[in-house]
Amino acid sequence: MKPALIISAGTCGLARGAEALIKAAKDYQRKRRLHREFEIKITGCHGLCEAEPNILVHFNGKFIFYQKLKPENVKDIIEKTILKGTIIKEFLWFDSETRKRYVDIDEIPFYQKQKRILLGHNVLIEPKYIKDYMKFGGYSAVGKVLKKYRPLDVINIIKKSGLRGRGGAGFPTGKKWELCQKAKSSEKYVVCNADEGDPGAYMDRSLLEGNSHSVIEGIIIGAYAIGAQEGIIYVRNEYPLAIRNLGIALKQAHNKGFLGKNILKSKFNFEITVVRGAGAFVCGEETALLTSIEGRVGRPKPRPPYPTESGLWGKPTNINNVETWANIPQIISKGAEWFSGIGTKRSKGTKIFSLVGKINNTGLVEVPMGITLREIIDEIGGGIPGGKEFKAVQTGGPSGGCIPKSLLDLPIDYESLTKAGSMMGSGGMIVMDEDTCMVDIARYFLDFSLHESCGKCPSCRLGTKQMVEILDRITEGEGKEGDIEFLENIGKNVKLASLCGLGQTAANPVLTTIKYFRDEYLAHIKEKRCPALVCKSLISYVIDSELCGGCTICAKNCPSDAITGEPKGIYTIDQKKCTKCGICFTICPSKFKAVKKVSPPIK
Amino acid sequence: MKRVENVLREHRYQRSHIIQILQDIQVEFNYLPKEALEYVSQRLKIPLSKIYSIATFYAGFSLNPRGKHLCTVCMGTACYVRGAAAILNEFERKLNIKPGATTKEMNYSLETVNCLGCCAIGPIVVYDGKYIGEFKLKDIGRILKGRA
Repeated sequence: MKPALIISAGTCGLARGAEALIKAAKDYQRKRRLHREFEIKITGCHGLCEAEPNILVHFNGKFIFYQKLKPENVKDIIEKTILKGTIIKEFLWFDSETRKRYVDIDEIPFYQKQKRILLGHNVLIEPKYIKDYMKFGGYSAVGKVLKKYRPLDVINIIKKSGLRGRGGAGFPTGKKWELCQKAKSSEKYVVCNADEGDPGAYMDRSLLEGNSHSVIEGIIIGAYAIGAQEGIIYVRNEYPLAIRNLGIALKQAHNKGFLGKNILKSKFNFEITVVRGAGAFVCGEETALLTSIEGRVGRPKPRPPYPTESGLWGKPTNINNVETWANIPQIISKGAEWFSGIGTKRSKGTKIFSLVGKINNTGLVEVPMGITLREIIDEIGGGIPGGKEFKAVQTGGPSGGCIPKSLLDLPIDYESLTKAGSMMGSGGMIVMDEDTCMVDIARYFLDFSLHESCGKCPSCRLGTKQMVEILDRITEGEGKEGDIEFLENIGKNVKLASLCGLGQTAANPVLTTIKYFRDEYLAHIKEKRCPALVCKSLISYVIDSELCGGCTICAKNCPSDAITGEPKGIYTIDQKKCTKCGICFTICPSKFKAVKKVSPPIK
Repeated sequence: MKRVENVLREHRYQRSHIIQILQDIQVEFNYLPKEALEYVSQRLKIPLSKIYSIATFYAGFSLNPRGKHLCTVCMGTACYVRGAAAILNEFERKLNIKPGATTKEMNYSLETVNCLGCCAIGPIVVYDGKYIGEFKLKDIGRILKGRA
């Protein structure tokens, strides 16, 4: 294979300047007529978001990982690494934990503990070209299924593999297919849930942007097993690049005969269309998603009947999420035993997590089920930046909970996370350090659920509202004795009395933070103090006279003219004028670090 | 209304496509004009109340014209723990509007989004379609002076 510049160009890569790298590479290649010497591949995200914009240089069988590049670096990379084989040290990944630089992508600690069976192809495949996907065995699973297996055989393979839904609840995929297959109807649908609404989770976006063919192939296989003629991919409108790449991929799959009439000369006909969501979190819930496809307001319906009996337009419908579908071709190609060999007794295969928040190596990590939280955070994530103390990790988005330090050795699977009061969810993993206030974060999630509640069930609509009001009071220093118990009481009732997953889990962030961080609630309520120095009403900004260098920057930038003093002298903040915007805190030069936060506030 | 008619034709006048139709109208006009919704209601024979219920239920729709420039602050969890709330506050203060509103002279609209899935580079602000990662409070002034 000839040398290649592989440029990571998912949405976040592009936001960080990948476009300029692509342009620089193309310009240089054209100018020097180097088309024969190397190729440029524009791929989806490589997973280590922290390093973006990054380039992988494929050279002599190695994948050299260059990070945080500027357009002017591209010329150097081509001249030195591609043409001469020299490695440019200063562009290599520097690991903050081991304090070492690494050459090959596989040597980097972030990637070492991972098992990238789904994401691994992102670096090899240019999403625009179906032939790239086919080169690595893509669509051979469809061929295998159509030639060798009856629909029931496929369902049995998936059942045997132990694959469970990656959207959150973890329902066994094979069993769901079987239910839908058995439902009597001449018309059936398969749906791909790509309404990735969990704030802090973006693995589905990455899969769709970087390798949508794997998802499409999974859906085709599922449709064959179930007996569906039509498939729909419901994708968030907030993901424009994913929608674009998906559209290209569908067209290509059609041209190659993997979609349409008589697929691969069999009797199987199948079409896929894309429906864009319009910004409602609740539409990630399956019944709400289906009503949204039908062109209505997305409100959940009571189950049963489950969609497998009566779903889209009242017909049997099988819904799986993006990551679940992407697993299917792999299971068919490599076998159920291979898949069930990965993971724990009840949770098989890998799971992609988006490791974000207060963590050194932010990125998408794909790990075998059963790995511990500690391994993910310390070894893959490289720990907390700035030497800060780890406080909690939040999994499962607004439906999940906060897991404290004492549970870091928890092996990750569906059951253990639920037992800890959280859930797998779609796989967001938000790391929080000592600077995160747990009451504030509970308020944040609840406020999210309040706004996203469709309003159908009073328990959810009113319960979340009541809870947010109480939490508002607590964070504003107006908390009362008994508030905690009241929150717990409402939370339990919202859980019991709501129809869909949103309401049933909305209280989790509050209940888990109360369970594990009761002290912080008490500090807010009794001492009117925010230990993490976050809640605005409970802190004051002050300038430490010992440290102030009199540089005038804070006074010049203060929007409310609350800071006074003489140049080269000592500055002070007028607490009456201060709006606590925090600009002085962020702008004070790091050589002084004179602006401090204190709690309880100065009266 | 010719533009609306074109959108309807593209969707083959299918009522079930109403959400997609509204999205395309919004792309066309930058918001959902009342006249356009009335026109859709008549052409597709969908009650106007139903169209309004959809247009107000989904957060992606705007019933008010947006300003020349659109500032969207991501309020996803990862951005939030990295200080998105302070950024939003500062935008509100500087522009003197709440999220969802537009300044009087129609220059700026301020919006929030639940998550853009670019959590690694948070906090993020999208300014006229351009993603600005690792956004700092002081960047606000820079943006509003037209130096994004």
